[in-house]
Amino acid sequence: MSAPGQPRFGSVDAARGRLTVREVDAVASARGLAPEDLDVRLRADASSRRAVLALFTVAIGWLIVGTIFGDIASIKLHSPDFLTQQAWLTFGRVRTAHLHAVNYGWGTAALIGMSLWLMPRLVHTELKGVRMAIGGAVLFTIGIAVGIVAVLAGVNDGMEWLEAPRWLAGPFLVVGGGLIGLSLFWTVASRKAEHLYVSVWYILGAFIWFPMLYVVGKWPTYSGVESAAANWFFAHNVLGFWLTAMSVGGAYYFIPKVLGRPVYSYQLSVVGFWSLAMFYSLNGMHHLVGGPLPTWMITTSIVASVFMFIPVVATAINLHMTVVGRFGALRYSPTLRFVVIGALAYTAVSLQGSFTALREVNRVTHFTHWTVAHSHVGGYLFVSFIALGAMYYIVPRLVGHEWPSEKLIRWHFNLVLAGIAIYVVALSWAGVAQGLALLDPAIPFQESVRRTLPGLWGRSLGGLILTAGHIVFAYHFWMMLRMPERATRTRPPFHEARPVLYTAEAEAARR
Amino acid sequence: MSDRNDLMARTSLVALGAFAIMASAITVLVVIPRMLLREVQAMPDLKPYTEQQLRGRAVYIANGCVYCHSQQIRDPAFTTDINRGWGSRATVPEDYVYDRPHLLGTMRTGPDLINVGQRLPSVDWHLIHLYDPRAVVEWSTMPGFPFLFEARQPNEVRPGEKVVAVTGARAPKGVTIVAKPEALALVDYLISLNRQYPVADSLRATDRMAVGGGTHGAGGTHD
Repeated sequence: MSAPGQPRFGSVDAARGRLTVREVDAVASARGLAPEDLDVRLRADASSRRAVLALFTVAIGWLIVGTIFGDIASIKLHSPDFLTQQAWLTFGRVRTAHLHAVNYGWGTAALIGMSLWLMPRLVHTELKGVRMAIGGAVLFTIGIAVGIVAVLAGVNDGMEWLEAPRWLAGPFLVVGGGLIGLSLFWTVASRKAEHLYVSVWYILGAFIWFPMLYVVGKWPTYSGVESAAANWFFAHNVLGFWLTAMSVGGAYYFIPKVLGRPVYSYQLSVVGFWSLAMFYSLNGMHHLVGGPLPTWMITTSIVASVFMFIPVVATAINLHMTVVGRFGALRYSPTLRFVVIGALAYTAVSLQGSFTALREVNRVTHFTHWTVAHSHVGGYLFVSFIALGAMYYIVPRLVGHEWPSEKLIRWHFNLVLAGIAIYVVALSWAGVAQGLALLDPAIPFQESVRRTLPGLWGRSLGGLILTAGHIVFAYHFWMMLRMPERATRTRPPFHEARPVLYTAEAEAARR
Repeated sequence: MSDRNDLMARTSLVALGAFAIMASAITVLVVIPRMLLREVQAMPDLKPYTEQQLRGRAVYIANGCVYCHSQQIRDPAFTTDINRGWGSRATVPEDYVYDRPHLLGTMRTGPDLINVGQRLPSVDWHLIHLYDPRAVVEWSTMPGFPFLFEARQPNEVRPGEKVVAVTGARAPKGVTIVAKPEALALVDYLISLNRQYPVADSLRATDRMAVGGGTHGAGGTHD
């Protein structure tokens, strides 16, 4: 609620030719809101607009770059004579550039953008330290770019997920990420809402956890197997406590928001949050099952992986029960379609992860493409889908008009869903074939290579379809940003449209 | 909101709880192992890497060999690593004392390499294989690394340079292939990979905390 006597936001917007105070009042009453409440939202959105749009733009740029690197790496695995003359195009470098571009470029920037938009909305205030956040985003982006260029140039720190050189890219990432974090903490500290919604816990947690993980992962004095422990402690938790935390926070916001329905159970969200922290944080060593580490460490991680059932089932019940009975709404809202599928993928990929940690399963799947397929269910179908759903919801509220083309949204969704489905099925199958072959000493090693080839081709096919989807999305986003402001006047103000896609039918119904 | 929600509505409490849980996980999986593993010592048979081998190791890291090759042999009760001829025993923490950072790997698109020096000790074979894997291993999907080599006119080869004798259908026509120092260093590193010396059973015991079988010391107990 804005303080009494404070100028109404609507008048500010009216001066820019967007909304008049009367329009705001009309919208508010149509949605059953007090004008002051709508005002809070408008102020929140206006405060975060520049930072969020900047981060989304950067994120989509990284998505395209990362996808191209991914495609090249994928093709190299079945056609190894492809692009071998240049050092920077060798598989080991391109693959790593892909990982950094999509996880730290695309996923991280998209979810930070989402968080910067969500936080002011959730705590009923404006984003604090906007310039700090934008400066942080610029530095962070430079850090990612420096890291990727270094990797391509053959300069890296040698641990998976931590390749970006600590003394080259590190300072940019630490200062950049730190500034963004400060802006978020400052926003929470000056909150006007008494209640802290579930999403706030997750986002707050993510920004506390990530710096801790980064320090542990990048500590420069490890050697031998302890560096393996630190490596996989970081690499596993950067998913759980950074990408997953923000994505689950997003799912907790968008699903109830679009459906206009409260989250199924408050208690379950508390259980889900704390048990995720407890159990996920001990999972990392399951990447080293059978390896030369003290067995108690690996056993600890396997046990914790099985205990992941608790947070996963709690969160699954909570999110899915919120949707049950309203699946029809998925047809109308691209946000809901992406986020609900993302939430389902979270459940699926987590249960898959728990099973894969079991020794009996792991002896087949370890050291195979199964793990890569699994990580793409998590990184793409879960994390990226939620980030995409968030963008479909947030961007119209920042630029003041709906997405220009329903058709492009449908093309984007269908292409990426088909692409990732082909990707995951083909590569999981290849992984199992590879693992079973490796486990049978009567089968020569070359057979494990040969048997994966059809799956690797399938993965490249899936990857190319994903690429097409990403190009459609990037083009649509570019159209969205370029659409003239006056488009706002010829279409219903976005606040007035139902939180579903603007359609001709909706237009007719409105009249 | 109702009183029931009060605790989770306190920013400081959520933040503190989040911090505390992560700090305890770091303690369990990073700090305590670090303290325990500090006592691990190399076997006398394991020599520190030479300067040249370390340069080769850097080439291995720069080109991401680890994304397709592991460097660890697992227990025969659990897998068939040993039956594949990749090693005669499971590797132990003592085998990795000089590895900064570790290169244990999580993928076996190609075979394990922790004992590749014992299995494939020929410098010439490795050089050809790095230049063009399919010149020597028909079914290989490993990329060639031609940028670690130079193609010269046969009369331009300088004395002391290592010529790589690529033969067969895939041999480059009309040029002589010469190994760059990076290629020679990498091969030197690969050939140094050999963890076949015997270790005490106490080191292999799967229930050890960190250093040989609980009460046994590490360094001196190998057979």
